Formats: sequence, structure tokens, C-alpha cells
Amino acid sequence: MIRFQHVFKSFPNGALALKDVSFHVSKGEFVFLTGHSGAGKSTIMKLMFAEQRPTQGDVRVSGFALADMGHREIPRLRRKLGVVFQDFRLLDDRTAAENVAFALEVTGARRDTIPARVMRVLTQVGLAAKARAYPRELSGGEQQRVAIARALVNDPPVLLADEPTGNLDERATRGVFQLLREINAGGTVVVMATHDLDLVRQAPYRTIELRDGGLVYDSADDAPEEEAL
Amino acid sequence: MRLLFREALLSFRRTPLLSGLSVTTIAFSLFTVGLFLLVALNLRQALKGLEERVEIVAFILRGTPPETVTLASQDIAAFPEVKDVEYVTEEQALARARKELVEFRDAYRDLSVNPLPASFEIRLKDGYRNATSAAQVAKRLEGFSFVEDIRYGRDWVERLDKLRNLAGVVGFVIGLAFAAVAVVIIGVTIRLTILQRAREISIMRLVGATNRFIRGPFLLEGALKGLLGGLLSLVLCYAGFRLFRDSNLSTLSGLVFFGPDQMAMLVLFGVALGLIGSLVSVGRHLRDV
Repeated sequence: MIRFQHVFKSFPNGALALKDVSFHVSKGEFVFLTGHSGAGKSTIMKLMFAEQRPTQGDVRVSGFALADMGHREIPRLRRKLGVVFQDFRLLDDRTAAENVAFALEVTGARRDTIPARVMRVLTQVGLAAKARAYPRELSGGEQQRVAIARALVNDPPVLLADEPTGNLDERATRGVFQLLREINAGGTVVVMATHDLDLVRQAPYRTIELRDGGLVYDSADDAPEEEAL
Repeated sequence: MRLLFREALLSFRRTPLLSGLSVTTIAFSLFTVGLFLLVALNLRQALKGLEERVEIVAFILRGTPPETVTLASQDIAAFPEVKDVEYVTEEQALARARKELVEFRDAYRDLSVNPLPASFEIRLKDGYRNATSAAQVAKRLEGFSFVEDIRYGRDWVERLDKLRNLAGVVGFVIGLAFAAVAVVIIGVTIRLTILQRAREISIMRLVGATNRFIRGPFLLEGALKGLLGGLLSLVLCYAGFRLFRDSNLSTLSGLVFFGPDQMAMLVLFGVALGLIGSLVSVGRHLRDV
């Protein structure tokens, strides 16, 4: 589903954000991306949803080759990816349901199918009862669930989560993480960037660690048979 | 399509102040353009009235036989530039002078001999009311032996020509300048709206909206603002027009307002400005991100 091959990414000032990063994520995997801030986690995320282009090397996501992808193809890639951020990125003047529906409207989905699809994902994230609530009326954990629902509403094969629990307390963190595990159990590839090592230790998932833009550890290398997870 | 309208209208509802400001700015820019057009329009109208009066007078030697006069009159009427020829007899000239020159009424009454000559009054056709044509006709009239003198207010006709050309050029330049200002202002207000909605745009892109989709509501918003601004400017123009016409300042009569075509043009111009302004600023923003 995702393949990085000898990927380099340099900042405009010449410093290297990523140095020769290669890894491969198969169908159904849950992968942690760890490392200190500035290690390159976010850069990898941005490369995956084509907010940035690799300076060198090959990035493939859901069959799209991102290095030489045309501008017009970016929206098509993003409809096959769910992305979740630390700061939720919800529209404050729309209800939870409207925020989720927005992602469908933008892609030109048939209008009569939208309400049902929105309610389905809101139910999936456990927020059906708060569909009409505005973001300010929701707790951080609930807001992140809305963001996850929005990411899922297009049934993407891959879900990218960049520090999804970074702004949440412990209880909300556990809830959101549990939700991501359930999503993964449904067959969706989940890539989660986090520096919450407790979370990483709790779960038996593959971990890729970055340091100063280089890939320093991949648990899949230790135990190749685990890749089949 | 419905979504497009909803998003465009949503921006009005969410940012009433900024939207109102944009509409007002457009309205005032167009108001300025409109006022100038009104002045130009009325100037043209006034000039047309003056033009109607452009005529050539050929004074006829005393004692010219009436048959010669009739023949000559037919000849002159056949000139391509000439609209009509009127023969004014000596008696008619005197009667007219008595009527028009009230101050000299007594002087004219006491006359025993009519000092005024007979004349041809020649009016020119629509396209020929300019200095060149008048001079040509005058030259040909000089060929008639019984014509004593020719007057056609050469200076005056030439000045009219210059005034008309000047009005055209000045109108074009000032109109263009104000249109440019309006485009810039609309561009800036739309850009403000876009910056204000940068987060929303980034989220739209994130969930896979195409640039065309993102652009749509902004273009509609720009066009809508242009439409409202255009309508408002019409109202302002009309108010200004009424105020000027009804005030004692104006001694001019026969002032005219825009016709329906011209009003539609002004409003369409507003829509075009709104579209151009938003197209420029949206295009630049989408390239930046």
C-alpha cells in the first residue's frame, strides 16, 4: 500500500529533512512512526498525502507514484486517504455531521447518499448522538473522533494519523487509540506518527523509528514474520 | 450547483462586515465610473444639440433675380453634405431681427430702407457637422457670383470638434483608471476573504477538493458582490443625478440619465470586475499553497 524507496527530502535552506528512507507497508498493517520532534515524522506524513514532494527517491501510496504526480491527480489521491491531525482541523461553524458531510460534498458524492454515510461513520466513532453539536461543544477526544469520521467517510484504504493524541488527555488518548485499532481491524492500513512511547509499548504493532531524518529502527526487520500481521 | 450557491452565500452570512465592505467599495468605484459616464453622456447630448445648430449662412447680393435664387437653392440642396436650404428674404430677415433683437426694436421700426440682405441658411447632414465639411461647402458657395459673404463660425465649429475629441479621450482614460482601481480593490477584498478562509481552503484540499471546486464559490462570491455593487452604484448614480438636477446649482435643462442598456452595461461591468478580481486573487492563492 505504501512504499518509500531511498527517499530524500531537503528543506529550501538545504538541510536534509529525510535521508535515504526506505520502508514498505503492506495491506492491513498498523504502523507506528516514532521519533523526537524534528526527526522527520511529519515530513513522511506530508509526503504520503502529497503536501510535499520528495527531493529524490520514490514514494508510492495506494498505487499513486507521488514523485511525478500531476497537480490534478492530488485530489484523487486524497480521496483514497484519510488524514487526521493533532489539531483536528474541523470547521468551527459547522456541526459534527456537517464537517463529515463536507468531505463527501467536496468530492461530488451523490447528495441523497450523504446523510446515511455520515451517520454510519459517526456511529462507527461513537458520536451518533452528537451529530448536531458544534466543535466548541465537544471535548478534545470527541473532536478527534469527528476528524476520524471525516477521514473515514470516503472509505479510504489508508488512514494517516499525525500525532492524533497529541492534544488529548490520557483517557481520551486511550479511546482514540482504541478506535484506530478497530479501524485497522476492519482492514484499513493505519500509519500513526506519535512520540507517546507508552502507547507504542502497549500495542504489538510494527514500529518505525526516525532520528535526524534517517530511519534508525524498523521492528519488521527484527521479526520478519510479524509483517504478516 | 446548489452547494456552490450555498458556500458562496455562507461567506456573506459568516463575514457580513467584510462582504458589506467589498460591496460598498465596488459600489463606490462604479459610482465614480458611473458619474463620469453620466457627465460624458450629458456632454454628448449637449454637443448634439449644439451640432444641430451648425449652419452656414450665405448672404446674397441685393438685386439678384428670384429665378437665379431658386435654381441656386436647388443646386445647393443637392450637395451631399447638405440637409436642407432655407431662403430668407430681406423682409423675413428684418422681421426676425425685430423679434429677436428686442433692444433694437425701435431702431429697426424707424428704418425706411431695409439694411438686411437676403440669405441662404444651410444646415448640414448628421455626419458632416464638422469643420472640414463646413469649409468645403463654404468654398463651393463662394463659386456663386451672387453670394456676397459666407459665415459659418469656423472657429466655433473647430472648437466643437476639439471638445468632442477631448471629451472622448478624457472619458476613456478616466473610466479605464477607475476600472483598474475597482479591480484592485475587489481583488484585495476577495484576498482578505480568502486569507480569512485559508484554514477552510486547506481543509478542503485535504479532503480531496479540486482547485476548480474550491475556486467556484469564490468566483460566484466575487460575481455576486460585483452584481450588488453594480446595483448599488446605479442607485447612488440616480440619487446623485436627481440631487444635481433638482438643485438650484444646475441651470442646465434636458439632463438625461442612463437608458436600460447602459444601466445593464454598468451592472454587467460590476459583475465582470468582481469576477476578474476574485479570479486573480484566488488563482494566486491556489498557486501559493
